[in-house]
Amino acid sequence: MALPEVKQSATEARLASLSLPTAGCTRDAREAALARLREMGLPNRRDEYWKYTRPDTLVQPEAPKAALFTADEPMMFDGIDRLKIVFIDGVFSPEASDDLSLEGVQIERLEDICCKDIHWAKELYGVLEAGGQQPVARPLAALNTAFASDGVAIHVTGKPSKPISLIYNHDSESSDAFLHHVIRVENEAEVTILENGPAASRFNKCMEIDIADGGILHHVRAQGRDHERRAATHMFARLGAESVYKSFTLTVNGVLTRNEQVVELTGDDAVAHVAGACVGDGDFHHDDTVFITHDAVNCESRQVFKKVLRNGATGVFQGKILVKEGAQKTDGYQISQSLLLDEDSQFLAKPELEIYADDVACSHGSTSGAIDETALFYLCSRGVPKKDATNMLTLAFLAEAVDEIENKALAEDIVSRLEGWLKRRS
Amino acid sequence: MAALDQTQVKEGVDQETVDAVREVGTYKYGWETEIEMEYAPKGVNPDIVRLISQKNEEPGWMTDWRLAAFERWTQMKEPKWAMVHYPAIDFQNQYYYARPKSMETKPKSLDEVDPKLLATYEKLGIPLKEQMILAGVEGAENAPAEGRKVAVDAVFDSVSVGTTFQDELKKHGVIFCSISEAIREHPELVKKYLGSVVPVSDNFYATLNSAVFSDGSFVYVPPGVRCPMELSTYFRINAENTGQFERTLIIADKGSYVSYLEGCTAPQRDTAQLHAAVVEIIVEEDAEVKYSTVQNWFPGDENGKGGIYNFVTKRADCRGDRSKVMWTQVETGSAVTWKYPSCILRGDDSQGEFYSIAITNNYQQADTGTKMVHLGKNTKSRIVSKGISAGKAQNTYRGLVSMHPKAKNSRNYTQCDSLLIGDKCGAHTVPYIEVRNNSSRCEHEATTSKVDDDQLFYCRQRGMDEEEAVALVVNGFCKDVLQALPMEFAMEAQQLVAISLEGSVG
Repeated sequence: MALPEVKQSATEARLASLSLPTAGCTRDAREAALARLREMGLPNRRDEYWKYTRPDTLVQPEAPKAALFTADEPMMFDGIDRLKIVFIDGVFSPEASDDLSLEGVQIERLEDICCKDIHWAKELYGVLEAGGQQPVARPLAALNTAFASDGVAIHVTGKPSKPISLIYNHDSESSDAFLHHVIRVENEAEVTILENGPAASRFNKCMEIDIADGGILHHVRAQGRDHERRAATHMFARLGAESVYKSFTLTVNGVLTRNEQVVELTGDDAVAHVAGACVGDGDFHHDDTVFITHDAVNCESRQVFKKVLRNGATGVFQGKILVKEGAQKTDGYQISQSLLLDEDSQFLAKPELEIYADDVACSHGSTSGAIDETALFYLCSRGVPKKDATNMLTLAFLAEAVDEIENKALAEDIVSRLEGWLKRRS
Repeated sequence: MAALDQTQVKEGVDQETVDAVREVGTYKYGWETEIEMEYAPKGVNPDIVRLISQKNEEPGWMTDWRLAAFERWTQMKEPKWAMVHYPAIDFQNQYYYARPKSMETKPKSLDEVDPKLLATYEKLGIPLKEQMILAGVEGAENAPAEGRKVAVDAVFDSVSVGTTFQDELKKHGVIFCSISEAIREHPELVKKYLGSVVPVSDNFYATLNSAVFSDGSFVYVPPGVRCPMELSTYFRINAENTGQFERTLIIADKGSYVSYLEGCTAPQRDTAQLHAAVVEIIVEEDAEVKYSTVQNWFPGDENGKGGIYNFVTKRADCRGDRSKVMWTQVETGSAVTWKYPSCILRGDDSQGEFYSIAITNNYQQADTGTKMVHLGKNTKSRIVSKGISAGKAQNTYRGLVSMHPKAKNSRNYTQCDSLLIGDKCGAHTVPYIEVRNNSSRCEHEATTSKVDDDQLFYCRQRGMDEEEAVALVVNGFCKDVLQALPMEFAMEAQQLVAISLEGSVG
């Protein structure tokens, strides 16, 4: 079907200011992605998949300005021993980063790979993204594959001693950044990936993760700080037999965040947990879009998303579990809940199931409402001030999502961040 | 039904459920009445629209209304978002108007109706006689002499054959007649309400219906009147290559109550036929409407050949405070179903309920659900949907719950369960939940904790486990409605009550 003219012109307008980077072994993937993008066009507000989030500012040629966050607040994960890889406005900074050598893992810059003709990343770059374009188009990911000039390729062969931490700093008020990472976790290997930082005024990030049989990947991400920033991120994960993928995202602040996670369970007995907690105030808009495909026997997937919204903030959840024919013994769970702290906030959800196998246990739930008055009264009657009681109940509400983080130190860091946010605003 | 016999049913699925679904799969109404018919030329264009209007002896304003709708329709595109697949429909290759020759001069009373037509309804179990009780309805023999009276409006292809109990209803001020008669006799009511709930340009099929609807039922219940009997319409498609487009308009004025039942069947044919209906319900202050459907159009054969494409727009507008509407549907027929009976809860404290059982087998596809739009304060809605899929069928629940900023203290509870019998079918859930204020509570769950607590408590107290208790309560509710249906196939629908929730997917 031909692209509507409005879409085509919007897409071409966006492409006009971009040029394909020197590509090497990623050239074919970039050209294919560009062709794909031209076919589907960039999203607009009439697209069903963007029903609740307006993509205009993510698509327009110029990135809207975003003021820098100036408060003197310690960065996330500061107390944790990790290997730091720093990007400033989407460009790798060798000075700020640690030495990239670590036992059990090989880390390379995307720019370096692009000079080579043969590299393992060729098998992955743009491949999972292309696969994730069906049945729903994700044009911003294709845009990323075509034009991302920086990022890292992480090849995990053993069990590195510390987490690999990707830090995205923001230094220019009008930066428009693309980053594309590829990660391959080999058989029985295990790694923890951390991400944090505001990144840029407008940030488009794509991560492709391939986990071989028995591999384990933990992912903990904190998005926040600069309130005026915008971000569209995609994570594509492919899971082999008995592999484990656990991802948690904390989002505070940001006028527009759209996080898409596309997970495909292709090997038997694989496990995927995707969780998120967000707290938003005012013109905060946060969208979690998750698509989990079960294509093997006896796999488990969990989606746990909690949102606390106030002063007119908007939370969106679009989750889907697709169980393909033959994916018997699937255990799929999905919960999305929002706590609306005042009359003006809103929660929009579309929790979907699509099931083609009969011996499965899939359930989903979605709730929305105000803070429980009875619980609040109980705490107040025990002498807890109302503000503290509200914060306690809010934290308790978010706990189910935070509990998905296995590493205690990381979970504590996340909780203290949430406590700080609530205290500052109560 | 061979397919189902060979199916390996997973552990935990009740055998009774499998048998019930299998039983539903044998279509008993596939025969055809041989009767001389009169057709309008094939296809649809302004001349056909005028012709239909003329056949119904409509006033000029109605013809203009239809023509405007047709104009609108030519600019619209067929919706593609539903999870159903079917070959493109050639809208110009079918008849839009077909009526038995014998109906050329409108019979003045039921005695004058062609005996062949009366026999058709007799055979379907709906004798068009003003009798107290109908054959074959379980429990009917025990009914008191005053019994369940049911007034029937029978629609055969494009025309209404007759309406029973009209005089008795008139005594209470209730108007129950075919819509073509209402356009002639009560133009002020039709003008005021027609298209006010489902606007002409609402969607592709509703617009087509607005242009070419040939007949349907009209109900008006005056203020404070509790309709003395149940009203029902029975739709029968008989002619080949003919689309049926009926329009139903129900108005419950302040403080009134009416229960309305709808049934439908069609002969077994190799080619698919289109059915695009519109139902509009207006509920004023303190009024209550119950609308129940047993949809049993021909579902196509075991290989997916033939069947009815059922594209229906049904909507109720709870305009007054404390008004209430309840949709109950049992969907067993049709090759393709595309149907979302909805409630607009405009009045404060108004209530909407939707209870649905959708069963698909062989190659049937159903995409059905509801919309609950909360606009008034303290509005409540409840959705209970059960989809059962067997053979190679696809069954989708698609729903919307929307709480507007002004709908303070509103409440919604949604429960959708699906059951798969065999590994070649599919069950899907596509709910949209939009909450725009914080005093409202919205729950969409597969857990079974919010069915009427008192009933649940009673059952639990008698030693049932939670699942059994919920099944009993939900099915018990269905049973009430099913037993009230004045049609023989209510028997068949009653078997669905045996379907259990065990092994279901939420």
